[in-house]
Amino acid sequence: MSEPLSVSTPGPLLDIAELAKRFTVGGKQGLLARVTSFRKPVAPLPQLHAVDEVSFTIARGETVGLVGESGCGKSTLVRLINRLLDPTSGSIRLAGTELADFKARAFAANPHRARIQMVFQDAGDSLNPRYTAADAIADPIRRLKKMPGAKLAARVEALADMTGLPRELLSRFPHQLSGGQKARVGIARAIAVEPELLILDEPTAALDVSVQVVILQLLQQLKRELGMSYLFVSHDLNVVRLLCDRVLVMYLGKIVEQGPAAEVFADPRHPYTKALISAIPQADPAQRADRLRLGGEPRSPIDPDPTVCRFYGRCPKGTPRCAEEMPLLHPAGSARQVACHFA
Amino acid sequence: MTAIPALAVEDLSVEFRTRSGVVKVLEHVGFSVDKGETVALVGESGSGKSVTAFAVMGILDAAGKVTSGRAMFGGSDLLALSERDLAEQRGRELSMIFQNPRTALNPIRRVGRQIADVLVRHGGATRNDAPRAAIEMLKKVRIPDPERRAEAYPFELSGGMCQRIMIAIALACRPALLIADEPTTGLDVTTQAVIMDLIGELAGESGMATIFITHDLALAAEYCDRIVVMHAGHIVEAAPGRALFDHARHPYSAKLLAATPGETVSLDALASIPGGLPDLRRPDLPPCRYSGRCERRSEACDQPLPQRTVGEHHVVACWNPL
Ligand SMILES: Nc1ncnc2c1ncn2[C@@H]1O[C@H](COP(=O)(O)OP(=O)(O)O)[C@@H](O)[C@H]1O
Ligand SMILES: Nc1ncnc2c1ncn2[C@@H]1O[C@H](COP(=O)(O)OP(=O)(O)O)[C@@H](O)[C@H]1O
Ligand code: SF4
Ligand SMILES: [Mg+2]
Ligand SMILES: [Mg+2]
Repeated sequence: MSEPLSVSTPGPLLDIAELAKRFTVGGKQGLLARVTSFRKPVAPLPQLHAVDEVSFTIARGETVGLVGESGCGKSTLVRLINRLLDPTSGSIRLAGTELADFKARAFAANPHRARIQMVFQDAGDSLNPRYTAADAIADPIRRLKKMPGAKLAARVEALADMTGLPRELLSRFPHQLSGGQKARVGIARAIAVEPELLILDEPTAALDVSVQVVILQLLQQLKRELGMSYLFVSHDLNVVRLLCDRVLVMYLGKIVEQGPAAEVFADPRHPYTKALISAIPQADPAQRADRLRLGGEPRSPIDPDPTVCRFYGRCPKGTPRCAEEMPLLHPAGSARQVACHFA
Repeated sequence: MTAIPALAVEDLSVEFRTRSGVVKVLEHVGFSVDKGETVALVGESGSGKSVTAFAVMGILDAAGKVTSGRAMFGGSDLLALSERDLAEQRGRELSMIFQNPRTALNPIRRVGRQIADVLVRHGGATRNDAPRAAIEMLKKVRIPDPERRAEAYPFELSGGMCQRIMIAIALACRPALLIADEPTTGLDVTTQAVIMDLIGELAGESGMATIFITHDLALAAEYCDRIVVMHAGHIVEAAPGRALFDHARHPYSAKLLAATPGETVSLDALASIPGGLPDLRRPDLPPCRYSGRCERRSEACDQPLPQRTVGEHHVVACWNPL
């Protein structure tokens, strides 16, 4: 592929630096009070820190897993990178090009759009019910690449072949396809414009295990063949362990640990990662020996205290220092980073 | 195990009339749940787990018909109760957590109020205590900022939070029987563990019996006393979780396990299950509905299926078990 946009540069494919997204919360009421109140100076509206100064990289051809509990900011982070949402601050560099400055609203028409594509959790919901499988796969090509009709049809068939979707199903509508077939359409559509980065948000969550296996194996094979990088969001830690080279662990908007998947799973350092891994359901009682249950209550993501560790209050380790000084992500071993004073 | 069955489902068969014919969705389904026990129903989507739950709760949709069977609960057959008696039981002693939480919540009532309503109606709380108790319930299911969230409407909350609200409502009135249909699907594992512990606590404290529908076999094995494996409307195997993992006897159970990413070292070590569920509208369905996909099939498999006891609490419906 010798397109001018994707000149191979040294360094990581994706370089995220101090990326933040804060949502203003408090509702219309607060907003109204703000503009109509002449009497007293108003306090700034509360801010929900969904993604809080996050930095990480993804190398070419690398699969990075993103894990953490619901509400920790995974989808927001993914939407920032995919340029569906504008960051509050920070940088998103794709092979050296800064994408954070482009407005999300106009990004659909941006020439860089093709370089990052997404596979959604529920393939069924994300497909237009009035599009056939062929239309769905052709759609991003039509919008982002100029391609004559005959060539387009051939390309769609080639994509069906690559993703194991029988060609005779191309004329079907989503409701005429099984879950696994819809997942294949979702993947074919995402790789149609030859992205360098594929973001997968729980791509197999809605599938039966027997179908999940086939889709995961397909993703692994496509990655080998096409050399894409993956950012893979999943609650299924066993799947992350099997598919990912590296893993990022998020807690309340912050990355609290990152490193090679095998190392993180074998020897988690951050107390939250430890709790997470010990909560993976185990059929074998012997594997459940050191179960860790988190007590306490999660801290609020709204105007969090910048001097308190986000995990403080639920952390089994928690000391006074944790309530006075926010731990920063620091190296722990050659390829790992942890944000805990004691790890 | 004290072995007082809280619920005994016997010979349950359900059909749906559709435009393209009668679908025999459940056939001779039987299992029981003791007081304080949690029994998992597992199997691919379409195998009849939800329909089993709906039949027991008396909430099958109009096209569905129970053609045989009983569901004995507290001395009466739930399938024979009048709609009014059943509605009464449902509120007080039977609770269900639905697969799609958002549609099951009242969209125009604040979630804290919805929990408080249940506590007043079925949990013995007064109107005054109920709001506080509702917030306690939100804490138990790990909703952050429970005071603020109690004031929210369902549409203001994420799917994962609505799910936990549903769980809070279902558990608020301390039911004698809980049917939970994929209650933790989509929740992260730490929250899932909290919910499972909560169900376990209620089972221990108040003897709540639970039917836990899931597609996660490891989850079922860890938290449930027994696992019932369904395939195409039949129960093919029932066993304690450990026994199932150690030695699954039905070929389908074994395939399900081989497709589950557990302790395996690589993706290539996992194998999918060949074929799919048979078309349940076929008039000539074979006695074993797995036979079209089965590698162990023999001539015997055309005979009515045997129920073989192969261990303690371990039953398999197969002519050639592993
Ligand atoms: N548009 C929005 N307005 C306000 N808050 C939001 C919005 N989108 C997400 N949030 C909040 O941001 C936090 C992170 O959410 P999300 O990224 O969806 O987490 P995850 O995908 O990890 O479950 C949550 O507290 C969520 O309520
Ligand atoms: N209202 C209905 N009309 C016709 N068939 C139905 C209806 N509801 C469920 N079914 C059929 O019953 C079978 C079992 O469905 P279900 O109990 O939802 O499976 P599970 O919960 O195990 O995924 C499926 O084949 C499904 O198509
Ligand atoms: S009864 Fe026969 S066809 Fe059915 S599962 Fe057993 S061996 Fe296979
Ligand atoms: Mg999300
Ligand atoms: Mg179901």
